[in-house]
Amino acid sequence: MGTAEIVDEVKKSGLRGRGGAGFPTGMKWSFLAKPDGVPRHLVCNADESEPGTFKDRYLMEFHPHLFIEGLLISSFALGSNHTYVYIRGEYAWIPEILEQAIAEAKNNGWLGKNILGSGFDCEIYVHRGAGAYICGEETALIESLEGKRGNPRMKPPFPAIQGVWMRPTVVNNVETLAAVVPIINMGGEEYAKIGVGKSTGTKLLSVCGNINKPGVYEIDMTCSVEEFIYSDEYCGGIPKGKKLKACIPGGSSVPIIPANLLLKTAKGETRYMNYESLSDGGFATGSMMGSGGFIVLDDSQCVVRHTMTLARFYNHESCGQCSPCREGTGWMYKILKNIEYGKGKMSDIDLLWDIQRKIEGNTICPLGDAAAWPIAAAIRHFRDEFEWHVKNPDESQTRNYGLAHYADPIHVPASA
Amino acid sequence: MSEQPQFKVTIDNITIDVPAGTTILNAARMIGGDVTPPAMCYYSKLKDSGGKCRTCLVEVSKGSEKDPRPMPKLVASCRTTVMDGMEVKNITSEKVLDARKGVVEFLLLNHPLDCPVCDQAGECDLQNLSYEHGSEVTRYEFKRRTFEKEDIGPFISLHMTRCIMCFRCVYTAEQLTERREHGILERGDHAQISTLLGKSLDNDFIGNVIDVCPVGALTDKTFRFKNRVWFTKPVDAHRDCNHEKCNGKVRLWMRGEEVFRVTARKDQWGEVEEFICNECRFHKKEAKDWVIEGPSVIKRSSVIAQGHYVGTMKPPVLIDKVIGKQPKFLMEIHNVSDVNKPEIELSKIDGPAHSDDFVQGSKK
Repeated sequence: MGTAEIVDEVKKSGLRGRGGAGFPTGMKWSFLAKPDGVPRHLVCNADESEPGTFKDRYLMEFHPHLFIEGLLISSFALGSNHTYVYIRGEYAWIPEILEQAIAEAKNNGWLGKNILGSGFDCEIYVHRGAGAYICGEETALIESLEGKRGNPRMKPPFPAIQGVWMRPTVVNNVETLAAVVPIINMGGEEYAKIGVGKSTGTKLLSVCGNINKPGVYEIDMTCSVEEFIYSDEYCGGIPKGKKLKACIPGGSSVPIIPANLLLKTAKGETRYMNYESLSDGGFATGSMMGSGGFIVLDDSQCVVRHTMTLARFYNHESCGQCSPCREGTGWMYKILKNIEYGKGKMSDIDLLWDIQRKIEGNTICPLGDAAAWPIAAAIRHFRDEFEWHVKNPDESQTRNYGLAHYADPIHVPASA
Repeated sequence: MSEQPQFKVTIDNITIDVPAGTTILNAARMIGGDVTPPAMCYYSKLKDSGGKCRTCLVEVSKGSEKDPRPMPKLVASCRTTVMDGMEVKNITSEKVLDARKGVVEFLLLNHPLDCPVCDQAGECDLQNLSYEHGSEVTRYEFKRRTFEKEDIGPFISLHMTRCIMCFRCVYTAEQLTERREHGILERGDHAQISTLLGKSLDNDFIGNVIDVCPVGALTDKTFRFKNRVWFTKPVDAHRDCNHEKCNGKVRLWMRGEEVFRVTARKDQWGEVEEFICNECRFHKKEAKDWVIEGPSVIKRSSVIAQGHYVGTMKPPVLIDKVIGKQPKFLMEIHNVSDVNKPEIELSKIDGPAHSDDFVQGSKK
């Protein structure tokens, strides 16, 4: 198989980036500039720092060889002789696992010079980050890999034109690269038959929160959300007989949705675990597949407190480069802290809405959006809970708002 | 030699031809006046600057002639190059004005209200920006961020609380001096300009960080608390400087015969025309050190212009082009107002003017 055929198979497979944005991988690969005499690079984004997401950790810990195989095939397809794995600093023990797997591959002639007589040279380097969420943003990752401060770059130019050391670069998620292996084994068209519509193949989900069986699940994107949460094959329901209140289906950056909108779309249809169905209804009534960090909240959880911890996270992880995110994230956290601890005002809720609106879309990188979306969604769907916190400053310190009407069936207007 | 292709770009209904590769901001600067987006971090003389402050966001309502789709998000005009046939909305876009107001609020959030004791007051970009685009009140009810004071040497004073993280001084040190000795420490809202180990900045070109700083974060220690800038008169002057990179063309800020401060000459966008060396800036504080050329040309809108300088420049009035017609005057103020009747000459009144003097039909 030549390089063009591999890219073609990946295109045919309809594989979408597993890092969160869901951009078609084959298309991303075909954007890679190929100027003469300039080396190209494949960089694997293993800086998995999204709260609630731990699928790449599982892949690298337990299937390092599959991952290396994916890296190797992709490096060959893209013409990358020096491939980098940028791994988050907190995964301190995983580089050893990867180094060992790389050494094994090398000893068997799968890495190094002239691999299996193909004339293709490839080395894989594992690079540890220093513990910054922002370095999961591809251009910040590139800056950090170059040894600089991990600040996102202005785009354009995109990494496909000028990435690492201003050379054409493709940045892919761990799971995306691992998925290249079955695509080549079974063929792109065959792979595309798994799943539904534009959600092809299988997806790893890392489930956590109030659930009986937290862990990493591989799904083929055909099961419904209800089945995924309650069936014994998957998560096995909510523990201690509690009820489902809300869920963040794709890692902390995606909008939180209440139980009623999670199981059924606003049109009254069953919601399925795939890219399209989860985002049905847009941000008004839907959410996103994101990176697959499935966080479940039961009726004993407080959405205000939960939103506050997320705001603290984004405040802590903002790089400080552009004004809306640097100043806005801290402001939102402080207001949410007031509301959570019974010192909030009614006007604070509208103020929060206004702040998130002014951050979203106005920043250099998507961290601003990621900080704004969870807060926007929490206010959009759980405004009564925020108002209850403001109106009952003392009571809110001793008990939670509970399930309220968040699991009630939603009224579906009859369609014409 | 091949001719550089010209692109047609329309900003706020005003069309202009610019060379390919020009940014939207620079195209707008060629038109001038109100349609130019404000810029707090972009500096045309510093490579890679811009894109960070987000005050220059504009709406691209038509991408280009070939691909007329609008851009989905507001874009930083300082880092986006024009395409042929591009249509840009700046002051004609509600979205832009709203976002800009938000950005100004964010910039002012933790900025101290110490303008009365700040040496930058009067020539501060953030003052001008908030005057034009900000709101009168703050919605921020928390303690403002403060930093531990750091001494960075005998000539430059660093006020980290006033910093808006434009990165200009970092680029200046990187691109003008042999060795950069300060940079950004920490991240997020704790990010700060620092030398890490309390070094003093003493490279012979480092004084330029004072001129590029849009706020009062980096000010001249030799001028500290000596005068308000609007009480001093700017004059252009030069001397025979023997530094190989400095041509000795400066602006002196004088009061009487005294030279209070020396800065580089700035153009109409507040950007330095040519960078000057520390010797000229900090050590030549006598009128006899300089050959004085004459009063500097000052923007009429600048607070410094209140001292009645010669040769002030008026910005072009473009409202007729932006809205596509002559503005209609709804009323002549003297027809409806009782105040300040033109026939009463206040200068001829004995003693101070009284409220009666302004009322129509008063005894005089």
